[in-house]
Amino acid sequence: MLQDKDRIFTNLYGFESPLLDAARARGDWDGTRGILEKGPEWIVDEAKKSELRGRGGAGFPSGLKWSFMPKQRPEGQPAFLVVNADESEPGTCKDREIMRHDPHKLVEGCLIVGFAMRATAAYIYIRGEFYAEAVALQRAIDEAYDAGLIGRNAAGSGYDFDVYLHRGAGAYICGEETALLESLEGKKGQPRLKPPFPAAAGLYGCPTTVTNVETVAVAPTIMRRGAEWFASLGRPKNTGTKIFCISGHVNKPCNVEEEMGIPLRELIDRHAGGVRGGWDNLLAVIPGGSSVPCIPKPTCEEVLMDFDSLREVKSGLGTAAVIVMDKSTDIVRAIWRLSKFYKHESCGQCTPCREGTGWMMRMMGRMIEGRATIAEIDMLLEVTTQVEGHTICALGDAAAWPIQGLIRHFRPEMERRIHGYRGSSAVAAD
Amino acid sequence: MSLARGRPSAPEHQPASFAFTPENLPEARAAIAKYPAGRQQSAVMPLLYIVQRQMGWVPVAAMDVVADMLEMPRVGVYEVATFYTMYNLEPVGEYLIQVCTTTPCMLRDSDGIVDACKKHLGIDWEETTADGKFTLKEVECLGACANAPMVQINDDFFEDLTPQTMVGLLDALRRGEAVKPGPQNGRHTSEPEGGPTTLKGGA
Repeated sequence: MLQDKDRIFTNLYGFESPLLDAARARGDWDGTRGILEKGPEWIVDEAKKSELRGRGGAGFPSGLKWSFMPKQRPEGQPAFLVVNADESEPGTCKDREIMRHDPHKLVEGCLIVGFAMRATAAYIYIRGEFYAEAVALQRAIDEAYDAGLIGRNAAGSGYDFDVYLHRGAGAYICGEETALLESLEGKKGQPRLKPPFPAAAGLYGCPTTVTNVETVAVAPTIMRRGAEWFASLGRPKNTGTKIFCISGHVNKPCNVEEEMGIPLRELIDRHAGGVRGGWDNLLAVIPGGSSVPCIPKPTCEEVLMDFDSLREVKSGLGTAAVIVMDKSTDIVRAIWRLSKFYKHESCGQCTPCREGTGWMMRMMGRMIEGRATIAEIDMLLEVTTQVEGHTICALGDAAAWPIQGLIRHFRPEMERRIHGYRGSSAVAAD
Repeated sequence: MSLARGRPSAPEHQPASFAFTPENLPEARAAIAKYPAGRQQSAVMPLLYIVQRQMGWVPVAAMDVVADMLEMPRVGVYEVATFYTMYNLEPVGEYLIQVCTTTPCMLRDSDGIVDACKKHLGIDWEETTADGKFTLKEVECLGACANAPMVQINDDFFEDLTPQTMVGLLDALRRGEAVKPGPQNGRHTSEPEGGPTTLKGGA
């Protein structure tokens, strides 16, 4: 188990103050100027050596992503770090804890990561529902300005860097990076076609990198303690620590920072008080937020919680939001509810997603009671493949995958319901 | 009264004009100043929030004022106000009860919370009680899944609910009493119930 001395978010639960003095006592803003003096290349190189991968779901190597930003720009052209704090993936509630309890890790991370990509300012896009979190984060930003840590000559480095907070207003799609940029520009949050990628033309057409809260917030600690330390945790290419959000049918749902690659079973048993009714009462787990396919109990026994292990079992680490379902779960209804979520959140721009999410939700709704034919299971699977990969952004994929996971692992249950419904309606007809 | 999602309230309910109060006008200008010169359209969402705080909802007349302030087409503001679900396009009750029913909450019996709210208030989704106190709305995941089931009431999250504690909250609000946001079962935040398994020795 990860030891407390290797935990980054030492105020995860808010038992201590989130304010600057307490944050400094926890090690934040320690030697920030010295880190910046080592230069952007050093920071990017250190991030690469740490093998940090993005914590927002896709798991792209962070150092590499930061290096895509142009090193030279036309005179007067700004460049932006945009922090994705639009945390809305069902099951995910980790960035919230960072922003309300450890906000200085994020603000310092904005400066260090922004400096590494030669950005002139950071915009943090926080979901609108996180009102208390926005207040806490704005207070941390104000404190950092007052202490000279950001703004002109940030932290005495000679570098000017501003940090702004922008509240969203209730749209899951704005967690997609280009939709987020559209929203930040004062428009509907509808994703842009790529290319051009944001690093070439992002916010206001300027070079921009969008990155998750947790990714930015771990950067200062990595720079202070060194890439080797971070890379020594977890497995190669799946390094470091991670905040896991454990929800659903466990005895003690919680957030916890653990070592990447911890066995799923150990994570649940050690920190979440075990599965409700005991391990053998487990039905399935959605291991990485609503967008990834569920895995059945036998897979849960052995799987490790990291990007590559979960990919091997045809699921994903996603945001590391572990949704546990015991045997009392109506698994078809649980996945239908996700289909309803995606239908609600589709931005309506691409036809396969706008229409397909409705199709999938309605077919899933009939599957709950079994009001369908066996052939319709295959038709539903076919619809998911018509949506997947045929849209501008990944929301269509995210809507397809939970259903594909359901059919892959629970097809007999779906068939049982169909037979049951047909049997009961045949009786009713008699 | 119902909240027709994504559509402004009927013309007869719309006020003829809107103006920011003297307190809110400087705040609106400060919001605009957060964005680069010429990019003032970025302030449309913060300005609509200020409108909503002033009015309780966002009338069309206010959208027009915002459009003029930001020198953007009115339809651009209408698009934003109708795209994002947090802008109330009709008046809502004093307390907007937003119940999360997405899967992580569903697994922790958000059905029971929904039933408790509907029965206790005597209203269905998107309706407001006759006394104008409560409006009930079903929402998607609010990002507090380790504290499910939960609701948002105006700006605050209320977590780790049971049907009983939910009813208790509604009664307290109806009586005008202060209620404490956060977990309603004695937990501090999102640590495991009964005490954390990590960070026990302090930082």
